[in-house]
Amino acid sequence: MDPQPAGETPVAGQAPSEGYLREDALLKVRDLRVTFRRGHRTMEAVAGVSFDVARGETLGLVGESGCGKTTTGRAILRLLPHENSSMSGSIVFEGTDLGPIPNSAMRHVRRRLQMIFQDPLSSFNPRRKVWDIVGEGLVIQGVNRKEIAERTDAALVDVGMSRTMVEGRRPHQFSGGQCQRLAIARALALGPELIVCDEPVASLDVSVQAHVINLLQDIRERKNLALIFISHDLAVVRNVSDRVAVMYMGKIVEIGEADKVYARPAHPYSRTLLEAVPMPDASVKLKPGRVAGEMPSPSSPPSGCRFRTRCPRAQQICTDVEPPLRPMPQGQWAACHFPHDEPAPGVIGTASKDSATAAS
Amino acid sequence: MTGSSESSGRLLEVEDLSCEFVSDAGIARVLQGVNLTLDKGSTLGIVGESGSGKSMLMKSILGIAPRTAKVTGRVIFDGVDLSTMKEGERRKFLGRRIGIVFQNPMTSLNPVVRVGRQIEEAGRYHFGWAKAEGRRIAIELMASVGLPDPEECYTQYPHQFSGGMKQRIMIATALACKPDLLIADEATTALDVTVQKNILDLLQTIQQDRRMSMILVTHNLGIVAGRTDETAVMYGGRIVECGPTESLFLDPRHRYTEALIGAIPRTDQPAHTRLRVIPGRPPEQLRPIPGCPFAPRCSVAEARCTESTPPVQSGADARHTFVCYVPVGTIGPGAAAATTTPAGASTEVI
Repeated sequence: MDPQPAGETPVAGQAPSEGYLREDALLKVRDLRVTFRRGHRTMEAVAGVSFDVARGETLGLVGESGCGKTTTGRAILRLLPHENSSMSGSIVFEGTDLGPIPNSAMRHVRRRLQMIFQDPLSSFNPRRKVWDIVGEGLVIQGVNRKEIAERTDAALVDVGMSRTMVEGRRPHQFSGGQCQRLAIARALALGPELIVCDEPVASLDVSVQAHVINLLQDIRERKNLALIFISHDLAVVRNVSDRVAVMYMGKIVEIGEADKVYARPAHPYSRTLLEAVPMPDASVKLKPGRVAGEMPSPSSPPSGCRFRTRCPRAQQICTDVEPPLRPMPQGQWAACHFPHDEPAPGVIGTASKDSATAAS
Repeated sequence: MTGSSESSGRLLEVEDLSCEFVSDAGIARVLQGVNLTLDKGSTLGIVGESGSGKSMLMKSILGIAPRTAKVTGRVIFDGVDLSTMKEGERRKFLGRRIGIVFQNPMTSLNPVVRVGRQIEEAGRYHFGWAKAEGRRIAIELMASVGLPDPEECYTQYPHQFSGGMKQRIMIATALACKPDLLIADEATTALDVTVQKNILDLLQTIQQDRRMSMILVTHNLGIVAGRTDETAVMYGGRIVECGPTESLFLDPRHRYTEALIGAIPRTDQPAHTRLRVIPGRPPEQLRPIPGCPFAPRCSVAEARCTESTPPVQSGADARHTFVCYVPVGTIGPGAAAATTTPAGASTEVI
């Protein structure tokens, strides 16, 4: 064990010491910090996260509400409210550092960097026609009219809809699933290389959710898109992700290939999350288990490891020393003094039996 | 879980319960002939997607459906027929014996009243608790639902609590009158998975300790699996399948139940597993079809499925019932064929 203070994590401009980072990635986020101000109080929503996304890859960003996953997603697109937030660290997209560039240049970058929000209805202007909404990004980018029409139509086809289905109609005339398809079409119309999806299926019914997930997967494959998939639902993230980053109180506690993280989650928090996923499996009766506690106030995070107040393995060192991200024997990286090494409860093949023991 | 062997008789019996709303647009049939039974001390999960009628079913049982709703059928609670009762009588009777926890604690709790007072409110009304007695019981209840420092919580306001803690307060409120039945209507939907697990564990513990009956209403099949004795699946205002939870999950017989289970992403499946989709759209309440509500989306639907309602059948276990002409396992193609799109639904986009 080689505990080092948090300040020694890679800072902007320096070569990262963490081996999970790749220099040739499409998007590189290094030591991102976002602080919100409210009066005299400040709250660090994102406290130094570093990760990257390669072309055609899906990174799942999971964690409980308030862990900073949405803030991270918005920071990448520079969509944070600038009056009460400040950001540090670097976000490099295709070799361009997005931090210092002016808004006009950022607008050009957004052509290749798009976002889909949780509630499509509230991200659509209810008084505008859907066809115009889908093509709006192209208008902002200054694309000529003929091309806008072509690309809007193509984007609609990509999501399984067509011009005749939407012509003259407004957002309220579509169901939740259809609206989410339209939101995907709006992002696709610009021909992006990376889409940040913030809880894109959280508000949908199970049967509709399956449609949207399958659709996103198809499009990703066909267009070699990179996705950052932000979700609280570990089962959905499991389905869509190549890599997973687990966030807790503004920090990444575990990151790595999804197969490895799900098979042998190293951080106790990843396990707590995984054990809490309700599985549609009735072969075992669940018994009330260990109380996992709730997240402490983000304005005054615990010293040392932030998860220690809820962690069953916590010891004195966890209070004194913040664990850095370290490589685990299975290949992923985790920030824990006492990481797990045994298989996860409920991994492939042993689902039913193990989920029972985990819950008891 | 208290096994059904321990239970002594019926607590709740719902017979042919229907509910409709009449408007200029037509008659919306929200519930159509629902039959349901719940034994004392047992737990029932009611699962359905939005618009399936699960919340309306609870409201109709409790007699708190909107005034514009036309509710017919019989509800018998512990041997007493509620449908013949007057509203005030019913409120006095049920308010004491059924506790309910709704999805959003913030809309159920009064933001300008201290939580302690809200917890004792029902007891003051039903049992005439004096101030000191109410306070004592409220603090006891708050401790029993796992609120830290209940004495201090007693004088706090709802906004001072997190979502999970607010839901604990709602549970304490629902337990104030020592109900025989606790209904949790999407009580954990708005919560984080870890908090959701804590709340579900708490509900389960309370249910066992107090030997209450419990109904978990949810859209999440994962919540009822492993936590309930029986499960009822609702679709288009009807219960399409009902039975012991284990039997229903291991051996779903209705085509909708089977499709729904297949549509859920799981943590034990490899990445990029294609999810099973249910083609078509949920039924429109204004234009119900005479037969099975799922027929237009069902891959094995026959002509008779859309023409008449199938009879209630039961599986190997007589308690496992389903309403389907061509249940899973009766004809060859089964799950494989069910992924194909039935004619007519292919052009629909969800």
